[in-house]
Amino acid sequence: MTDRKPEVGPVVNESGIEIKPVYGAEDVERTGGTEMIGRPGDYPFTRGIHPLMYRKRPWTMRQYAGFGNPHETNKRFKYLIENGQTGLNVAFDLPTQIGLDSDDPMAEGEVGRVGMAVDSLRDFEIAFDGIDLEKITVSLTINGSAAILIAMYLAMAEKRGYDIRTLRGTAQNDILKEFVGRGTWIFPVEPSLRLVGDTIEYCAHHAPKYTPVSVCGYHIRESGANPVQEIAWAFCIARAYADEVMRRGLDIDAFAGRLSYNFNIFGSLFEQVAKFRAARGLWAKIMKEEYGARDPRSMVMRMIAGGGGGGLTKEQPELNIVRGAYYALISALSGTQTMALCSYDEAYTIPTEYSARISLRTMQLLIEEMGLADTVDPLGGSYYVETLTNEMRARMEAVIADTDAQGGIVRLISEGIVQAQVSAQAYQRQKDIESGAFRKVGVNCYRIEEEEREVAFHPYRDEDARLQIDSLDKVRRERDPAAVAESLARLRNDAEAGRNVMPALMEAVRSYATVGEMTAEMVGVFGRYREPIRF
Amino acid sequence: MSGKRPVRVLIAKPGLDGHDQGAKVVVRGLMEAGFEVIYTGLRQSPAAVANAALEEGVDVIGLSSMAGSHVGFCRKLKPLLDEMGLSERLWLVGGNIPAQDHETLRALGVDGIFPTSSPLSEIVAFIRERVG
Repeated sequence: MTDRKPEVGPVVNESGIEIKPVYGAEDVERTGGTEMIGRPGDYPFTRGIHPLMYRKRPWTMRQYAGFGNPHETNKRFKYLIENGQTGLNVAFDLPTQIGLDSDDPMAEGEVGRVGMAVDSLRDFEIAFDGIDLEKITVSLTINGSAAILIAMYLAMAEKRGYDIRTLRGTAQNDILKEFVGRGTWIFPVEPSLRLVGDTIEYCAHHAPKYTPVSVCGYHIRESGANPVQEIAWAFCIARAYADEVMRRGLDIDAFAGRLSYNFNIFGSLFEQVAKFRAARGLWAKIMKEEYGARDPRSMVMRMIAGGGGGGLTKEQPELNIVRGAYYALISALSGTQTMALCSYDEAYTIPTEYSARISLRTMQLLIEEMGLADTVDPLGGSYYVETLTNEMRARMEAVIADTDAQGGIVRLISEGIVQAQVSAQAYQRQKDIESGAFRKVGVNCYRIEEEEREVAFHPYRDEDARLQIDSLDKVRRERDPAAVAESLARLRNDAEAGRNVMPALMEAVRSYATVGEMTAEMVGVFGRYREPIRF
Repeated sequence: MSGKRPVRVLIAKPGLDGHDQGAKVVVRGLMEAGFEVIYTGLRQSPAAVANAALEEGVDVIGLSSMAGSHVGFCRKLKPLLDEMGLSERLWLVGGNIPAQDHETLRALGVDGIFPTSSPLSEIVAFIRERVG
């Protein structure tokens, strides 16, 4: 009977790996054996970055939140904290993200729409009022204007009496992926990379517990990358930042421990779990073997694994609550440090209090009722998961080698080549969804005819924008104009001279210079990015 | 089918929204359907969209919006299209466009609305029927 072929069709996962109906020990051996598994908390960290993982401390729950003006956002922050959230993940409006003040003509209609409006230090003082920044760590989802907003956060904390040498927190600050997806770039590629280097270097010296960069495979995946490319290109981007900083003479161990990652969780459960296990082992290997890191903290891949927006559907939106629960399960099985879920209404709007609370409860259920915090890496040792982990890691290494062979990630992004590749893949995915080759429940199978759902919308209020502009006017009237002018002149000089701009930005934010003013000085020196359009 | 020249379509990203995955998918779909497509890239102002439509001599003006500012943008674009004699061009809006906004957009002169998850074939057929 051994020569009988199984009567099943082929299954290939999104990363292009053919899935066998049954796995055994021989498959693990065939794909590289057990050498990379190790023990949790030890090199190469495949099973997790801490020996006890969630038994010691569950993942941080960090729902994305922010809208309107800082007063409104402060209320939502407090609501989430009262409901058991353990970290904040700040959403900024688009003008803030691309360096415009709220009264800029280009900002009209966008102030406070998809996040909180921030113009000056005053706004951070209001937004974080009454929140203990040692108990609740804050993650800033900011990229193009990240150097300014990091300076603002550190200055705000200092003003409240915190010692920034021990202050924790994170900024997304991954500009290279903004050129691939998400699109909140300001400056051209080279000066953008330099600014990321400035923030890492400054934090290494002055705020060594702060995480200045969270490298995002997440948005590259949303733009059309498969799970292997998501990790491989994120690692290429992280290497580009590390190279930029080491070029300035910093040792890898002086900053690598403060780099972190942001990854996506939609798709096949086992493929994602294997993706994260493979990625941890590979990052440790890259840091140790390629970069010569000696401190194990430089080798661990810390991450927020969450979101999953690309998997949610507008059709039958309640199903997104169920998808969110499975995505949270994936994230927990993958050993994430921090989790955030897209809320079920995110195909329509930014989350309401109600939908944000459902996401938070989804994570709490896993810990309190489902046993996901009870033991480390519960899928470790599965023939299937270990084989897939080996196969995914090998494919990630191949994509990295291929990217390097083509001149490296900075070149491929500058010329729009990565963008064209992911958009071609996104197009193929759309065609596969329309043909039914790629199944989406409620979209191309199990459809129901329904009226477009009345989803409770988070309201956009013009009044919030007006209040924000009034508040900005007040800041401009009350600040010391000489101090502002002096700090902006220093910023321009330092930018021109190629010095690290962070000390000048710290001085400028303390003088209540605005996001738009600081950005304009830097645009004057660096210029603006122009998108390469390539199909 | 006129048989003279291919239908020309402008796909633009209005306002500050950076979500361009959908816009680029539509660009590829329309190119594959045989249309000539001009893609503006991100952060287009109403004036930039109207100027591009005029200069490129397009038959179709398509906006892809994901971040909620579509109604305000279309209100500003409408008088520019009128001024430049472009109000007869086919005007399409796609993306995250809630049902409650459809009437307002149609009243402004938007001919076709294609919310998230609309099949490409529907967009192609809509254009062919009207300007093919």
